[in-house]
Amino acid sequence: MAQADIGQTIAKRRAEILKDWGHQLRDGGALSSGRLKEAELDTQVREFLDLFVQAVSTNEADTARKALRQNVAEVSRARAIQGFTPTETATFIFSLKQPLFDALTQEFGKDSAALIQGLLAVTEILDGLGLHSMETFQKSREEVIIRQQKEIAELSTPVVKLWDGILALPLIGTLDSERTQVVMENLLQSIVEHGADYAIIDITGVPTVDTLVAQHLLKTVAAARLMGADCIISGIRPQIAQTMVHLGVELNVVSKANLADALGAALRATGRTVATIKSASGGSALSKA
Amino acid sequence: MNAPVTDTMPIQSSDDIVRVRQEVRRRAAAAGLGIVDQTKFVTAASEIARNTLDYGGGGIVRLEAVQDGARKGLRLIFEDHGPGIASIDLALTDGYTTGGGLGLGLSGSRRLCNEFAIESKPGEGTRVTIARWK
Ligand SMILES: Nc1ncnc2c1ncn2[C@@H]1O[C@H](COP(=O)(O)OP(=O)(O)O)[C@@H](O)[C@H]1O
Ligand SMILES: [Mg+2]
Repeated sequence: MAQADIGQTIAKRRAEILKDWGHQLRDGGALSSGRLKEAELDTQVREFLDLFVQAVSTNEADTARKALRQNVAEVSRARAIQGFTPTETATFIFSLKQPLFDALTQEFGKDSAALIQGLLAVTEILDGLGLHSMETFQKSREEVIIRQQKEIAELSTPVVKLWDGILALPLIGTLDSERTQVVMENLLQSIVEHGADYAIIDITGVPTVDTLVAQHLLKTVAAARLMGADCIISGIRPQIAQTMVHLGVELNVVSKANLADALGAALRATGRTVATIKSASGGSALSKA
Repeated sequence: MNAPVTDTMPIQSSDDIVRVRQEVRRRAAAAGLGIVDQTKFVTAASEIARNTLDYGGGGIVRLEAVQDGARKGLRLIFEDHGPGIASIDLALTDGYTTGGGLGLGLSGSRRLCNEFAIESKPGEGTRVTIARWK
């Protein structure tokens, strides 16, 4: 039996196969999570089956197979992003086996040689697509995780504007290379956006400053300078200062004990000062807007 | 002196280095090291662990308590089966780096510890031992 006959068989029994496959998918819980709408699923199965028919019958089978793989990749990717499990995703492909086997059995039931050939051909294609589906799923999940990690890194170290032209970057936690990269890029971008003159990098919340962290700090200070901003490093705790001296690391940058002192220095350097108002009438000067 | 209790931790990723730092800090504090000594030793451990990963291609660290008369502290033995260090004198020179670093990890760590030793055979690997006590 030529592959074209499989295509003809499927095309002839299209309606029935779609119905069976739909049942299989629903029974397998494809819709139960609510992540997928009924209409979406119907479109997906129809598109897939039509491409499948082309892939096993046309002269342009190569092009059709590519299109089919593309389709599987899109469906799997979407499911990965929507939070489907690997099993739920793979089921989309594998649950088509039974309906196709049934259709072929009815068509070639007596011609067992043709039937076996047909079953083997269908199995081979579906298994290949199943693997492709899993690979795409896996890759997409990894992309999601990497994106989330970046988002967390950005969220956990916001660049804050303290005053016109004065930014602060409060660093908290372990500065591994990946996170440091994101943090530093954020700072440089904010310097450009705000046209900042001073950037205060506060390391009160950094537990360990080793030579790798120091190198990241040095690079950032140098890059900030190129963007026209001077850096002040604040919050170097005494034990960290001592350790850096023994390591032999010199940051060659203005440093202040804490963020408040650093802000004061930056204000003075930009011609401003913070003064106490003598005539303050006592009580809280802050009122709710 | 009792036989030291030894534990082993893997160093195969950046996350492992973070875990080693945390464990070293915990044990250093438990051994009674003050905050300055803890910070010095954790920083040295971070340097050597990073070298084990970056230059040694990964390895392990053994952690053992130092309990020698009045001395109470912590000893760490880092081992890898990487390319080894051709010249230890050169590697211990301030500023010497083959990996675009600051070149202060080994020399700086030596200044941060009470005990510091490197054994290395080109082609076989590297063992760095550091210890700090009260
Ligand atoms: N475990 C190791 N295996 C092989 N080479 C090492 C190892 N540790 C250090 N080195 C060598 O010693 C040099 C100096 O190390 P270090 O002082 O930590 O500076 P850095 O890490 O900045 O290069 C490294 O650049 C490397 O060539
Ligand atoms: Mg190093």
